[in-house]
Amino acid sequence: MGMTMTQKILAAHAGLESVVAGQLIEADLDLVLGNDITSPVAIKEMEKMNLNSVFNKDKIALVPDHFVPNKDIKSAEHCKCVREFALKNDITNYFEVGQMGIEHALLPEQGLTVAGDVIIGADSHTCTYGALGAFSTGVGSTDMAAGMATGKAWFKVPSAIKFNIIGKPSKWVSGKDVILHIIGKIGVDGALYKSMEFVGEGIANLSMDDRFTIANMAIEAGAKNGIFPVDDKAVAYMKEHSKREFKIYEADADAVYDEEITIDLSTLRPTIAFPHLPENTKTIDEITEPVKIDQVVIGSCTNGRIDDLRIAAEVLKGKKVAKGMRLIVIPATQNIYLQAMDEGLIRTFIEAGGIVSTPTCGPCLGGYMGVLAEGERCVSTTNRNFVGRMGHITSEIYLASPAVAAQSAIDGIISAPNA
Amino acid sequence: MNVTGKVFKYGDNVDTDVIIPARYLNSSDPKELALHCMEDIDKEFVNNVKTGDIIVATKNFGCGSSREHAPISIKACGVSCVIADTFARIFYRNSINIGLPIMECPEAAYAINAGDEVTIDFDSGIITDVTTGQSFKGQPFPEFMQKIINSDGLMNYIKNK
Repeated sequence: MGMTMTQKILAAHAGLESVVAGQLIEADLDLVLGNDITSPVAIKEMEKMNLNSVFNKDKIALVPDHFVPNKDIKSAEHCKCVREFALKNDITNYFEVGQMGIEHALLPEQGLTVAGDVIIGADSHTCTYGALGAFSTGVGSTDMAAGMATGKAWFKVPSAIKFNIIGKPSKWVSGKDVILHIIGKIGVDGALYKSMEFVGEGIANLSMDDRFTIANMAIEAGAKNGIFPVDDKAVAYMKEHSKREFKIYEADADAVYDEEITIDLSTLRPTIAFPHLPENTKTIDEITEPVKIDQVVIGSCTNGRIDDLRIAAEVLKGKKVAKGMRLIVIPATQNIYLQAMDEGLIRTFIEAGGIVSTPTCGPCLGGYMGVLAEGERCVSTTNRNFVGRMGHITSEIYLASPAVAAQSAIDGIISAPNA
Repeated sequence: MNVTGKVFKYGDNVDTDVIIPARYLNSSDPKELALHCMEDIDKEFVNNVKTGDIIVATKNFGCGSSREHAPISIKACGVSCVIADTFARIFYRNSINIGLPIMECPEAAYAINAGDEVTIDFDSGIITDVTTGQSFKGQPFPEFMQKIINSDGLMNYIKNK
């Protein structure tokens, strides 16, 4: 029986000729990731077991990014715990605040994730690296601890849904609209326990940043991972960013899928997820009553990359945000920040009446740097709009693309740029 | 092994942000996390829950963030088992790994009501609603998962192996 792309990568890392959906395997890990919230729990678990060393100091990445720069004493203690562990174990890929970025933007940029890898991360959005043709999935702190100690993790081999991507998106439609459209179609548990495998000629019309956004939100459909084939764009990206060798896996022609869904990019419209689930989607044309907005956040592991900032700046150039609007822009890494500065994007955001923050996950999870008050509404390019996610339990989050977020900041209501 | 407790009932897509809001993630102390368990979906939960009680929910329980703090806070409240139609996969893994028993049983997930007294036999997978007299057949844990739970988590299990 043929294997999916995910199954082939897992088989190779388990030392097996082939695997089938449902099989339990133990796989070798190419990278184990943790952040300032999840790593301290993993480090304590290792201490509990008297494990004083890691399996490979080059294959662990520690990225304090959630409450960094430290938002309070307790989060500073967490970061201190991660820093001391990194120093003690001589972890190669520990990123102090000046080198840091939001983990899922930072690791591909630093060339730490490449095609053919098996990666676990104690952060649900670890599935982002599927954009490069890697198997990567989110786990908890205990799995991270076991992974750091042994270099291995157990998996149940997933079945898959195949998404056949065709057509070309219109001007203001980007990766975020594609994935919100898909989640709206299949639901927040539509791919539960499964792989989302994206194929088709339309992928050539999606930038790498679009693909990172799409793979990033596979978890919001319940998926174990999302994965893209490795084409010329992906190869060029890896050659530019990484010195590591990569390996290209392709699904067998007779691979078995639970379901096949065709997505025609040319028919998609700017799409917004209404509170309080990412599946509550509406296209911009389906919004009949004006939805007044108090705050706009542009950033996160989903949409804080350079393409995202360029799109937002194109919309905001020479405009002002609505009266009373708080626009918060967060480049996802230090390099993206510098690039945005060189391209004049930072100036555009500030002149439009926004603020620009150092990289942090802060507002996405209601940590700091943009927490919402009672009843407030936010258009956000982040990934979750659950009850209370960004602040008070009566506040509301509307998930959208950078284009929609920027236009909404100008208009003060949810809106999209005219095509 | 058997557990018995009173049921706290929830619906679809209970996410880890409502189980333990991120504003409390500057701590990783189970006792402190337990003080805020379920706070954004059920403010009274922590005041009413007793050791041995059971959470029953419908689809996709534990979706969202991978924070292990979510099952840790539930376990630290004394909850003996979570029953659901389906679980989000990271939550499922995390619960087994920290030794919080969880069971997928669609029939039980929809039939059991808030406040019912329920008994679960982990060896057979039989869930009995003592209040209504109904009983349901859940999936018993595979042997290796039972061992992880009996060892109070994956790390102890690895250590003792």
